[in-house]
Amino acid sequence: MKFAVLVFPGSNCDIDCYKAVESALGEPVDYVWHTATDLSGYDCILVPGGFSYGDYLRCGAIARFAPVMNEVAKAAEEGKYVLGICNGFQILTEAGLLPGTLRRNDSLKFRCHDTVLRVENNDNPFTSLYAEGEEITIPIAHGEGNYYCDEDTLRQLQENRQIIFRYSSNPNGSVDDIAGITNERGNVVGMMPHPERAVDGLLGSEDGKKMFTSILKAWRDRHESAGVR
Amino acid sequence: MLKARVYVTIKQSVLDPQGVAVQGALHSMGFREVEGLRIGKYMEMQLDTDDRFEAEARVKAMCEKLLANTVVEDYRFELEG
Repeated sequence: MKFAVLVFPGSNCDIDCYKAVESALGEPVDYVWHTATDLSGYDCILVPGGFSYGDYLRCGAIARFAPVMNEVAKAAEEGKYVLGICNGFQILTEAGLLPGTLRRNDSLKFRCHDTVLRVENNDNPFTSLYAEGEEITIPIAHGEGNYYCDEDTLRQLQENRQIIFRYSSNPNGSVDDIAGITNERGNVVGMMPHPERAVDGLLGSEDGKKMFTSILKAWRDRHESAGVR
Repeated sequence: MLKARVYVTIKQSVLDPQGVAVQGALHSMGFREVEGLRIGKYMEMQLDTDDRFEAEARVKAMCEKLLANTVVEDYRFELEG
């Protein structure tokens, strides 16, 4: 399975994502520059955290117009796995690949610490190896992670089980304690917490590792059942 | 040449934590009359056109596509010149 880690000017979690794939899965992974116009060789696209384009105007607002984002939309359309973490989540909402948006934290503070997340839906390529309701420790590091969507959208998210992670103690004011969501189809995920920073005990937690192993398992299950590998 | 002035503010229905904090500061300084303070963005730009009608449509498109996130923000603009 081939992973792409997108790199925008100002990305700063790209190396963490790359290393997480390398150490947790040992699968091939490439850095892909924001000007790339072909992602057809990849099975999973990681949109990493950071401060793309200095967070100018709004977080993710400029990155979403980078040439590579057309390819990300195409990959999502094809049912490939797309995971946006932190700034990556902000970029995916700006791009319209996920609903809602991320506002300034209600505390106005940059929050940088471990959080406990509840796995709300494990019937998903990204979380299948967790137990439903499992509590996992994953760090956050953001000033603008306060998820917002209107009430109709929130109802849809709830009804379609698109809320994949909730905070057990809300650090930023997100509606409905939302830490991560999926698109309707379930192949695009955005989350503010950083699973790639929690793949080894040395980092303080390895609870994020199962996200990566879940993705690989989902891909293998799909390809084995299709008879191509 | 036309000049456009664009104002982007957080929707009334959405909490503006910065606005709340600044309003609180004004209150504690004795400016008790302040209510409903919202923080927004102001952008100005020169447009290389004299066609106001066209400029209006173009600036609106800029706002919808990039300058404002209409999930949480409202925008308005003025053209001059």
